[in-house]
Amino acid sequence: MLQKRVVVCLDVKEGRTTKGVKFQNNVDLGDPVEMAEFYYRQGVDELVFYDITASAEKRGIMIDVVRRVAERIFIPFCVGGGISSAEDIRSVILAGAEKVSLNSQAVKNPDLIRQAARMYGSQSVVLGMDALADPAMPSGYRVVINGGRTPTDLDALAWARRACDLGAGEIVLNSIDADGTKAGYELTVTRLLSEALPIPVVASGGAGTPEHLRAVLQEGRADAALVASMVHYGTYSLPQIKDYLAQHGVPVRR
Amino acid sequence: MTRDETVGVLDYDAGNLTSVENALRHLGARWVLSPDPQALAGSDRLIFPGDGHAATSMENLRARGLDTLLRDFAARGRPILGICVGSQIVLESSEEGPTECLGLVPGICRRLPGGPDLKVPHMGWNAVHFEVDHPLVRGVPQDASFYFVHSYYTEPRAPAQVLGTTDHGIRFAVGFLKDTLATWQFHPEKSGEAGLRLVKNFLDWRP
Repeated sequence: MLQKRVVVCLDVKEGRTTKGVKFQNNVDLGDPVEMAEFYYRQGVDELVFYDITASAEKRGIMIDVVRRVAERIFIPFCVGGGISSAEDIRSVILAGAEKVSLNSQAVKNPDLIRQAARMYGSQSVVLGMDALADPAMPSGYRVVINGGRTPTDLDALAWARRACDLGAGEIVLNSIDADGTKAGYELTVTRLLSEALPIPVVASGGAGTPEHLRAVLQEGRADAALVASMVHYGTYSLPQIKDYLAQHGVPVRR
Repeated sequence: MTRDETVGVLDYDAGNLTSVENALRHLGARWVLSPDPQALAGSDRLIFPGDGHAATSMENLRARGLDTLLRDFAARGRPILGICVGSQIVLESSEEGPTECLGLVPGICRRLPGGPDLKVPHMGWNAVHFEVDHPLVRGVPQDASFYFVHSYYTEPRAPAQVLGTTDHGIRFAVGFLKDTLATWQFHPEKSGEAGLRLVKNFLDWRP
């Protein structure tokens, strides 16, 4: 039976891991390569690195991080943030990442999803989507970009379906309402997308306790749950989270 | 594997090979990665990886003459490890295309049926039940989990021997063995310590 994945997310700024609340007030957490290895030893199923480096000239630092991570951990990992061209996709994959995550750049240029899928296959292409509750939208959720700051005209479900048709093989669905709150994932939008889409949905935003993961993996029907601060600050360890999930009937890798 | 042995890794534009190279480096192996059969012919064993489409992969293999290299290694009894698409196209045919395949092992490759709560591709970690006790699987816990990404599954026939199975709606073979050719449908190079052990077992295998 396919297991539910616990994914750890690391925000990387100029080669260092940071963590912010609602994309602001970033604090330094350490070396992303060492952190990746620590989580690998703890049994994490997958890692996501978001490059939040602001300046284009410092982006090369991220490729070096990706290369060093790939040499030291032997599980899949995904890289997102600022990927805007076929060349960016190629350099991330050749450095050793399994997957690229396309977010704002895919909204601005949807053809990027198709290009990436043609280059490396759908399994390598993740749509990163930030969704905000909005009753004016058909699905009740609006896509926002640029780290949650810029609303778009896109309906979350319609955009997810389109990305799927273009070749995205997975969606990381981040709820802007829940992000950084540690009050739990947004179950409604997660379930909506999980049930409507033929591809895996990774729930993101709001994780504070192992119970939050259980809820989004069972009630929210997510295929995977993304965590950040609850493990970065040592509040919970990966084995604690997985033990809790297993005890509550969620199939996980131990 | 002794120190002076070399592993040949087939490069035929079938996905990302960086992770295979990283695993080999980690295990202290010496390897040659090449699309050129001549550069690989002197290797002691071959790793035949791959992500992607079966029909396209077959075309790419033939265009480079790598199909002949694989037949030659199999005929001469040198070890070959097929991974993912490399485990599928050693069979006689694949529904993906559809296409005729290498025919090194009797059997065919079929589309996963999927269904409610059974997404295809089968992507993520799944437990593998080892069906035999064999040097290739020694030291790996029974029902350990491995990382899968695939939409088609292998259905080998005798005399090929099934090494392991998993369950995604149906139970299917995820590794098989015929003479000196062994395969894994999952990605051992991306399956943590259990996966690395399987790669090491292949490097140490003396059939």
